[in-house]
Amino acid sequence: MTGLGIERPTRRGLLAGSGALIVSFSMLSRAFCQEGEVQNVGREPEVAPELPGSLSEDPILDSWIRIDPDGGITVFTGKAELGQGVKTAIIQIAAEELEVDPAAIELVTADTGRTPNEGFTAGSQSMQNSGTGIRHAAVQVREILIGQAAGRLQLGVDQLRAEAGAVVAPDGRRLPYGELVEDQLLHIEAVPQTRLKPTDQFRIMGTSMPRVDIPAKVTGGPAYVQDMRLPRMLHARIIRPPSYQARLLEFDAAPVEQMPGVVSIVRDGSFLAVVAEKEFQAIKAMRALSTRARWQEEASLPPSADLPQLVRDIPVHEDGIVAEVLAAPVGVEKTYEATFTRPYQIHGSIGPSCAVGLFENGVMTVWTHTQGVYPDRKAIAEMLGMPPEQVRCIHTEGSGCYGHNAADDAAADAALLAHAVPGRPVRVQWMREQEHAWEPFGPAMVTHVRAGLNSSGRIAEWNYELWSNTHTTRPGPAGALLAARHLAQPFPPQEPKLQITPSGNGDRNADPLYTIPSKRVVWHFLKDMPLRVSALRALGAYANVFSVESTMDELAIMAGVDPVEFRLRHLDDPRARDVIVKAAEQFGWATTTMPPNHGRGIGFARYKNHAAYLALVVEVEVERDSGRLRIVRAVAAIDSGEIVNPDGIRNQTEGGILQAASWTLYEAVSFDDTRITSIDWSSYPILRFGAVPDSIEVHIMDRPGEPFLGTAEAAQGPTAAAIGNALRDATGKRFTDLPLNRARVKQLIGA
Amino acid sequence: MAVTLSVNGQSHTVESELDTPLLYVLRDDLGLNGAKYGCGLGQCGSCTVLVDGAPVFSCVTPILLLEGREITTVEGLGTVDEPGPMQRAFIEEQAAQCGYCIPGMMMRAQALLERNPSAGDAEIRAALEPNLCRCGTHMRILKAVRRAGQLMQSAAAPGASEGAAS
Repeated sequence: MTGLGIERPTRRGLLAGSGALIVSFSMLSRAFCQEGEVQNVGREPEVAPELPGSLSEDPILDSWIRIDPDGGITVFTGKAELGQGVKTAIIQIAAEELEVDPAAIELVTADTGRTPNEGFTAGSQSMQNSGTGIRHAAVQVREILIGQAAGRLQLGVDQLRAEAGAVVAPDGRRLPYGELVEDQLLHIEAVPQTRLKPTDQFRIMGTSMPRVDIPAKVTGGPAYVQDMRLPRMLHARIIRPPSYQARLLEFDAAPVEQMPGVVSIVRDGSFLAVVAEKEFQAIKAMRALSTRARWQEEASLPPSADLPQLVRDIPVHEDGIVAEVLAAPVGVEKTYEATFTRPYQIHGSIGPSCAVGLFENGVMTVWTHTQGVYPDRKAIAEMLGMPPEQVRCIHTEGSGCYGHNAADDAAADAALLAHAVPGRPVRVQWMREQEHAWEPFGPAMVTHVRAGLNSSGRIAEWNYELWSNTHTTRPGPAGALLAARHLAQPFPPQEPKLQITPSGNGDRNADPLYTIPSKRVVWHFLKDMPLRVSALRALGAYANVFSVESTMDELAIMAGVDPVEFRLRHLDDPRARDVIVKAAEQFGWATTTMPPNHGRGIGFARYKNHAAYLALVVEVEVERDSGRLRIVRAVAAIDSGEIVNPDGIRNQTEGGILQAASWTLYEAVSFDDTRITSIDWSSYPILRFGAVPDSIEVHIMDRPGEPFLGTAEAAQGPTAAAIGNALRDATGKRFTDLPLNRARVKQLIGA
Repeated sequence: MAVTLSVNGQSHTVESELDTPLLYVLRDDLGLNGAKYGCGLGQCGSCTVLVDGAPVFSCVTPILLLEGREITTVEGLGTVDEPGPMQRAFIEEQAAQCGYCIPGMMMRAQALLERNPSAGDAEIRAALEPNLCRCGTHMRILKAVRRAGQLMQSAAAPGASEGAAS
């Protein structure tokens, strides 16, 4: 089936003789992406901006929903399951508005051969974009089917209702959806206005429907691209250069070619790989070839001992004004000033990146856990010198990614190797040390804040600067792919550009939501990237919220005001206030006193200043002798707008808290002047069970009828902030450098 | 070289070099998905399976050590249609995000609960220490293992109508 449907990517839906609606996927051939993570891909003006969600990118209803004559319903989303539960939530939305059982829906996710182009699955945007678009499309499809039935039954549409996959008349007559489908019926443009079902009539949305993907994952079903076994499939491994600037000088292939199972050794410039019949044969050949390859390395990395200095030493390319309220500060009496840092950190998927490629009949098919099948296709096509129409990228789940990890790079590897060994599928998985060393890291950042209080204890001025690379070097361009940079004819990385967008990038959440009469927020944009970087869950919001919320606590202490109260005094948005009050109440902020060596802290942010609201209170315990910090409990309140799946929101939020806790307590990439040296779980430790809190509570605000706000990244910044503030409460010391590891804590508290 | 391995109660003869880690034989020769490659170093636990009831890192255990021993993978705990108590517990607690680490977690927990189905929270945490989760599903994994212990105990109780599928 490879290549099916991709030869004519602009075709619109057409009809099989039976009257089935074949979904078209009117691909508006524009690589678009969401949420300001757009450093390298230009966003063109939207075609129909008044249409809700992703319908504005592809307005044709049957791009999203297909109904077959036998009643089968297929829903198409350009978003991908990353372990965040998006498949389940989209099925719930579609089933709700189509008035069918969730089990009646087959969901097809990101596939350049079948689904609309929804850019990247990133930025906690899937519900706002795809969820909203599919919800409106489902309502409109249902209304069209009711209209069809009204004509057939000679009844008014208001006499009919949809129920269990059929339109039902008052006298009980039922016309199943499949019988109502006619030629081109759904091949029409969506309309901007839709009467969404009110929350009090929900059957499926708002319930904790179990995740559709979990049963296979816990019983050994084929759940991941890593589990793919195509007929005659080969296994490959890459021999990566030992460091960023290393060039392959020579290698001795002959002994390796004689090894059992070895099919091919592929070399193009500094891209070197082995292809073998079986996986462990490929690994043994990779190891053998590694010892027979000679590289020329270059000491290109900056000194790592002083991270703030490293970041500050990178020349500032350009300043971006993120926010500016030009009023002369009035009556500043006290000032707080501090510098905060965040190191390079990894995505660290438990399963190293993997892809399967097949080059057959002039068509390249790549099964990949990329976050963006269309941008990945564009990059791979450019790398291979093929027309994009002859490349198909099919999303297949991988291990959780948490942003732009090595998924796209593995897809490029698989494509190159499949191209070199045509006719047989080639599966390539990265080794642990390759994933750790070569994935694009979350960029190191330095922030500096100077904030002033007036005599009534209110913030009178706020000056905030941040130094950061871009947080997005995703495909689109072939130069975003690691292997493409290593080819004899290399594709250089695209030059990063400063862009100030509403969603933010390195500057995400740099502008505090608090009401402040005079403020200036500046991004000192660093173009040079000594270490490879890109999007890590929450982008700049992690370090910015840590900095802003640490400062809020210091200002509260200066003002002699309780930190919860201090925040509330500076917040006008009632939904922001509600999550803070909720988290504080549920924690028992007003009534709980901390035992010795325990502390409590709060962190708050509205993600991107326009998405989910999240407040988190944590209690920590500090072992003074060792400097070990343990989170005892965490209580969060989140407002994600209309709730589709409460347990899904809880699961994502619990996970966000624990992952951000791991970043905050332990994690920093290490390197010497040439090589990345954090290359496994021993040199880059993360959270283990011994340090998991006693409890985590997540309280969800009920917001019936409100737009979806997304969930997945809301906890990252507030978690770092709450931990830092709790540590301050426990020790009296302000910690400004992440991670808050044992050595640092011990040093600062002088134990 | 032909090696005979007993996996999930069935005997399999595979052609493989003796230094091949069990993980690759399970995945490539026997077509089992449960054990996952995570690090190849015994640092993350996503490849965990049971050998004679004890958890081992299959990524660093060569098959030459395994003839005559009983190997159990997550596929041996039940099926999607008839999940065993450990699998039921993980489904009921929705204890997965990406799920990649989960089979390894389940096998390590299975080894603990087979010794001590009433293991408490501290014992479960200690037992799971070698296994990494990156999505932050830890709280649910802990709940699921406690629930699995309860399911095993009630299945083993006198008069229980259905036996545990493990």
